[in-house]
Amino acid sequence: MSDDPPTETGWFDGVESGDVDVGVEAVRSGASGQVREWPAVAVDAGFAADESAYYEQLHEITVTAAREAVRRREGADDQQLIHGIRTLDDCLRLANELTERVAEWAGSRDPDAAVDTAYIERLADREPSDPIEERLVSLAERIRGLQSEAAAVRAFVEQSAHAVAPNLTAMAGPELAARLIALAGGLEELAKKPAGTVQVLGAEDALFAHLRGGAPSPKHGVIYTHEYVRGTAPANRGSAARALSGKLAIAARIDHYSGEYRPEIEAELDDRIERIRARGEV
Amino acid sequence: MTLPTGVTRREVDGDQGLATRGEPVYGEPTEDGWRRWDRSRSKLAVLLGRGVDTGLTADSTVLYLGAASGTTVSHVADVAGPTYAVEFAPRPMRDLVDVATARPNLFPLLKDARAPERYAHVVEPVDLIVQDVAIRGQGEVAVANRQFLREDGRLVAAIKARSEDVTRDPSAVFEDVLDTIGEAYEIRHRERLEPFHEDHLGVVAEPK
Repeated sequence: MSDDPPTETGWFDGVESGDVDVGVEAVRSGASGQVREWPAVAVDAGFAADESAYYEQLHEITVTAAREAVRRREGADDQQLIHGIRTLDDCLRLANELTERVAEWAGSRDPDAAVDTAYIERLADREPSDPIEERLVSLAERIRGLQSEAAAVRAFVEQSAHAVAPNLTAMAGPELAARLIALAGGLEELAKKPAGTVQVLGAEDALFAHLRGGAPSPKHGVIYTHEYVRGTAPANRGSAARALSGKLAIAARIDHYSGEYRPEIEAELDDRIERIRARGEV
Repeated sequence: MTLPTGVTRREVDGDQGLATRGEPVYGEPTEDGWRRWDRSRSKLAVLLGRGVDTGLTADSTVLYLGAASGTTVSHVADVAGPTYAVEFAPRPMRDLVDVATARPNLFPLLKDARAPERYAHVVEPVDLIVQDVAIRGQGEVAVANRQFLREDGRLVAAIKARSEDVTRDPSAVFEDVLDTIGEAYEIRHRERLEPFHEDHLGVVAEPK
């Protein structure tokens, strides 16, 4: 497949004339080290009666291959990404809660017990010597399983975020991109939100407290996790959050309506943040 | 320079411009079966409209790199012979598939123009390469795909300065890209595509 050295045969080599499935696979995963007059080669090889019959098959197969590839991508669409990021959060939260519970239980019997991953690792490898320890070791194994599942889900989120929203992911990183899409309810929903809403997504409690009166307006929601907000001096954080959310909103719109990766948006943001951070410096 | 057979200059929906015959694709105005080829959405249309000899003819075999949603490639396929449309991103490919379904001579390929061996088992030698890839390394893409071009063929490329380096002066970026293309091609013509496409350079080249 993709790791084989390129051959010098056409996609139709070894494909039965009229067999669309095999042809699709050959177009998708094949390669050649040399360009040749494929229509003529195919006719000589008896794959097609003449060149127009060859083109007819090539058309059906390339259109089918492209359509299937697009459909496969739908399997990695925004709704799947939302499930992914929520599952990641659940796995981590459950692992943390269980770690605390197990450490507390174990602490009643074992002076070395501590709320950390290293202790859980050691516990999981232990040979239980009584019925209580059996429970503790078993729980530790489950925590370890949750953590490795979380790592696998995180890898899925990273891969899927790039496919679903290339511009948003380039700017925000896969996890934040996925969180924004999840908070909005989908990429289309996020693309339709004004930048000011993107800025406070995830800070709904603070926002409604502000709208009821009394509380200050939130400067940022979940985008706080972005280096451009967190790494900016507190006095300038509101400006940084506004600049960032503006570009994130644009990125989400490009991703939803075009899907083409456009690096210049990111460069404009870098520029803007640099100027915001330079304020007050002499 | 006269327009290629199949491309005409005529009034469609009250506006004078280029047009081809085919199924409408992107909501462009049509009249008597002619669809307007909007030059603000197609770099190739700018070059053709200005009388540049692109080498596009009614029987050309074409390799189109960076077909995106198929706006320009749909017009090319209306005019030319077998047309291979390479596009890397899945989302625009969804639209391109619809464009190709209505055009038996248009072959969509979800492939990376930087890895031509991955479609060399499908694409035959061509008379014309149209390149419009908005990625870094546009010069290298042109050189890597030189192998598909017949000796008397032609490359028509729209070079986007911002894809190479958003901070550098576009003219300097264009010089670098042209130097790279010059490794495998003779540059025959170059012109900026303003005001229709900002910071873009149109290039026509022939294989060395």
